[in-house]
Amino acid sequence: MRLNDEERAILSGREGPAAQKALEIVAALGEIYRAEDLIPVVSAQVAGVSYGNLGEAGLEFLRAWADEGARVVVPTTLNPAGMDLQAWRELGIPEEYARRQLEVVEVYRTMGITISCSCTPYLAGNLPGFGHHIAWSESSAVSYANSVLGARTNREGGPSALAAAITGRTARYGLHLDHNRQGHLVVEVGCPLGSPADFSALGYMVGQMATDRVPYLRLNSGPEPGLDELKALGAAMAASGAVALYHVEGLTPEARSHNMLASGATVINIDSLDESYQALDGTSQDIDLVWIGCPHASLAEIEHTADLLAGAQIEAELWVTTARDVLETASAKGLTGRIEACAGRVVADACLVGAPLGEMGFRNIATNSTKGAFYLRNHSHLQVRFGSLAQCVEAATRGRWPA
Amino acid sequence: MKMHGRVIRQGQAEGEALVSQQPIGFFGGVDAETGLIVESGHELEGESISGRILVFPRGKGSTVGSYTLYRLRRKGLAPAGIINAQSEAIVAVGAIIADIPTVDCIDVGQISTGDMVSIQGALVEVCQPGASL
Repeated sequence: MRLNDEERAILSGREGPAAQKALEIVAALGEIYRAEDLIPVVSAQVAGVSYGNLGEAGLEFLRAWADEGARVVVPTTLNPAGMDLQAWRELGIPEEYARRQLEVVEVYRTMGITISCSCTPYLAGNLPGFGHHIAWSESSAVSYANSVLGARTNREGGPSALAAAITGRTARYGLHLDHNRQGHLVVEVGCPLGSPADFSALGYMVGQMATDRVPYLRLNSGPEPGLDELKALGAAMAASGAVALYHVEGLTPEARSHNMLASGATVINIDSLDESYQALDGTSQDIDLVWIGCPHASLAEIEHTADLLAGAQIEAELWVTTARDVLETASAKGLTGRIEACAGRVVADACLVGAPLGEMGFRNIATNSTKGAFYLRNHSHLQVRFGSLAQCVEAATRGRWPA
Repeated sequence: MKMHGRVIRQGQAEGEALVSQQPIGFFGGVDAETGLIVESGHELEGESISGRILVFPRGKGSTVGSYTLYRLRRKGLAPAGIINAQSEAIVAVGAIIADIPTVDCIDVGQISTGDMVSIQGALVEVCQPGASL
């Protein structure tokens, strides 16, 4: 792999040990994936934030790297934490967990990273343009950036995205290259798709079939999906498979401007979403927590939740997770107040997958996200129901899953 | 037996091989405090990777698994070296930040648990028990 003079100088330690280590990581990945060279990135999104996922090992490493002088050189945003960084006491987060979580965030702040704590950085100020090279982790954000924005990133891991942020570079391989962005799996979708939950269910099935191929979807029924539907679709595919890019014919930007369909692509048909619903929807009747906002809720989704609640007092807990920027806008519009008046909460910064839910006594959770359902099921103590936003809000108001 | 691979992390190491035919996930799969493989049902469940030449096809799971290797190094519990069929980002980043000599592009089926193995850069030398070096 070719390195330019500046890169060789960083590798030799001229910019200090932290930058040297970061370039070692970026260059090693370039060698592994047989990149020709490194390319500048315009932004990074770093995962590995929630203390539950990062653990003491991660905190120890990040602190040492920051102490060596690790600082990001491009705009860099952060994945969700395991709690709301401000309102964690009100949410019942254990004190010791909170203390460690805040330490993690402080280390990232020292590195110069914006403490956005969201899986939807594109709703919180990190919005790359068409064709821009970026280094993002967080599989749902990677999918959105590639597919909906037409930017270019591989599925970076937390450490490799951070190394890219510190060097301002990533290796040129995979989805940075034109020829790897062609669709090799045509998905003919025959059934109508209603709620974002339907798009999430569709994505879950496509992800399982796609393996490492880029899906090219034809939506043959129903209205054109909006951004929230595409967010749900991509997040699900990225969770059930390793899909980092998809195209929707006539809709997503690359598929509008270029022929993104590879010759000889395999064709599959999906005419029912039952398989997804059956796989992810459990059987528990009682619901003690309803989770909306996987990926983090947009302003429109928060508004829709408030509308569906329509002032009714809830029996189960209801948490709508979102980016802090979006929370502030929602508060200014009075949406947060409307949800809180029903005893629900709008929670910033957090992902429930990394949160200490078991310790907090939750057992039965409902969500409108296949990604959320998929990961929560791995928590041994949790029972999960999956359905539409309307079903989830009804479950919150009744404390039981709707019949 | 001598094999040539590709250097992921330059270095020299020697030790007893611990071989897994299955991929290893370090986050959640290896206890960062003890160096024991704790993934339920894994073929090496209960084995210690500390001080061994850890031989496995590739990593899997969460990318924060790289930090587990770093933690093990700090506690003196890291593997002495790593040999993969195909390293991926988790193992490569972990090997770099934990400074563990690592080689890939090796036919890991040629190595058995208990073999004495040395790594010198890209060169892997395997000596079965009972055979002379």
